[in-house]
Amino acid sequence: MKWLVTALVVVALAGTFLVEQAVTGAGSAAKATATVHLTIRHSRFEPDHVVVPADTTVTFVVDNTDPIGHELIIGDAGVQERHEKGTEPYHPPRPGEVSVPAGTTQQTTFTFGTANGITYACHLPGHFAYGMHGTVDVTSR
Amino acid sequence: MLTRPLRLLMATSAAAALSLAIAGPASACGGLVGENGTIQLERTTTLAAYHDGVEHYVTSFEFSGQGEEVGSIIPLPGVPTAVERGGSWTLQRLEREVAPVDTALRFEAAGAPVAADSAQVLLETTVDALDITILKGGGTEVGRWATEHGFLLTPDAPEVLDYYSQRSPIFMAARFDAAAARARGQQAGDGTPIELTIPTTAPWVPLRILSLGLDGARQVKADVFLLTDDRPQLLAGANGVTLQRSGPASTRLLDDLRSDAHMDWVPSQQWLTYVAVDAKAADLHYDLAASVQPDRSPSLMAAGLVDPAHAAATTTLPRSDASWEWWVAGAAAVTLAVAATRRRARARDRSVG
Repeated sequence: MKWLVTALVVVALAGTFLVEQAVTGAGSAAKATATVHLTIRHSRFEPDHVVVPADTTVTFVVDNTDPIGHELIIGDAGVQERHEKGTEPYHPPRPGEVSVPAGTTQQTTFTFGTANGITYACHLPGHFAYGMHGTVDVTSR
Repeated sequence: MLTRPLRLLMATSAAAALSLAIAGPASACGGLVGENGTIQLERTTTLAAYHDGVEHYVTSFEFSGQGEEVGSIIPLPGVPTAVERGGSWTLQRLEREVAPVDTALRFEAAGAPVAADSAQVLLETTVDALDITILKGGGTEVGRWATEHGFLLTPDAPEVLDYYSQRSPIFMAARFDAAAARARGQQAGDGTPIELTIPTTAPWVPLRILSLGLDGARQVKADVFLLTDDRPQLLAGANGVTLQRSGPASTRLLDDLRSDAHMDWVPSQQWLTYVAVDAKAADLHYDLAASVQPDRSPSLMAAGLVDPAHAAATTTLPRSDASWEWWVAGAAAVTLAVAATRRRARARDRSVG
């Protein structure tokens, strides 16, 4: 039986979290899984840097402690640019995109391949410029 | 003249052609924030008068008549015992005092954080077309109340609200009732002066709030007037705040102020201090603290220079043998940059006239 242990995460190194992949079934080609917990406080992500093993599906659990709404958008530069210029006020919970109303906890998943250059950000007006973004390092397994 | 302590967009209908700016007692700079981030800065004016342990904040809210509907929240040093329409010409008269112009023309024109899930509403009142609410709560609770009541907070608002709530959990939220404004025939530029009577231990003027929602490179300009029984000691956070006038208020000025509505408390002798704010928004991370007690320096915490959690041992600046009246402290190093005499002028020393 294939079973999945979602071990995860979290070695804090000066604001960087290392995500350890979950264990998959022996010989399985399936993606590993992991969970990353992000906290939003004062319109900033904590942590603002995450290290993820390649070929891992990560569930991002986002706790918004602010009294204002935010969002989490995960993707490459093109995705971030599209959302920065876009006008979507609200994102349904789809892979890599989720709105996080004030005082709530939401989650979304994103599957990382081997490519780097993935970031996460909030693109509500003024939020990205204020510093509401983080980076992901994808490391080879 | 506009003062806009906390610029908060009202998330109400974009069609509402209203903007709100505050000439705040607690702050002093204007400008309107639109949905697209457009901001118009204007020099604004504030009076914080302190007499018999009571601070009188006089501020003005201006009906813009165009653009987004904007509301404001002002941090206060204590719970007001009265919120009422202010005098009609007090702020203008103070401006005239420090920048005299043609008299005839001017006179024509002169006519600790609470642990609660939600903010506590202490007072609700309406002045002209302004709906005013006095709130008590932590930054998160006040921010939540604001969003639930149609305010659209800028991304820096959570941090700024926390900053102020750690110093005083009292806030004033104000917004124009667009329909009421129209019904009253208010035109763009019409101001509604507000006076708050606040018992407190020392005068205090929030300045950091003026930078809310602004790009860091934006220049914040404001005029802050203090009226006190004696010459105050002042403490601000950094360069960008300058002492322009410090001296006994003239009898003529005090008589003029006293004759305005709700200004009969103005004593026969007062010390007038005029502070000009001209700082980049990114640098305006401090407030203006004052002391009117000869044996106490202004509070570092009130000036925003130390975290309230660590303020116990460093509440005030050490007294100095030097005669300092005006302290400008660097945020990190408490660098004194501007000085004047610290000798407190007593009433008997004043030249009244």
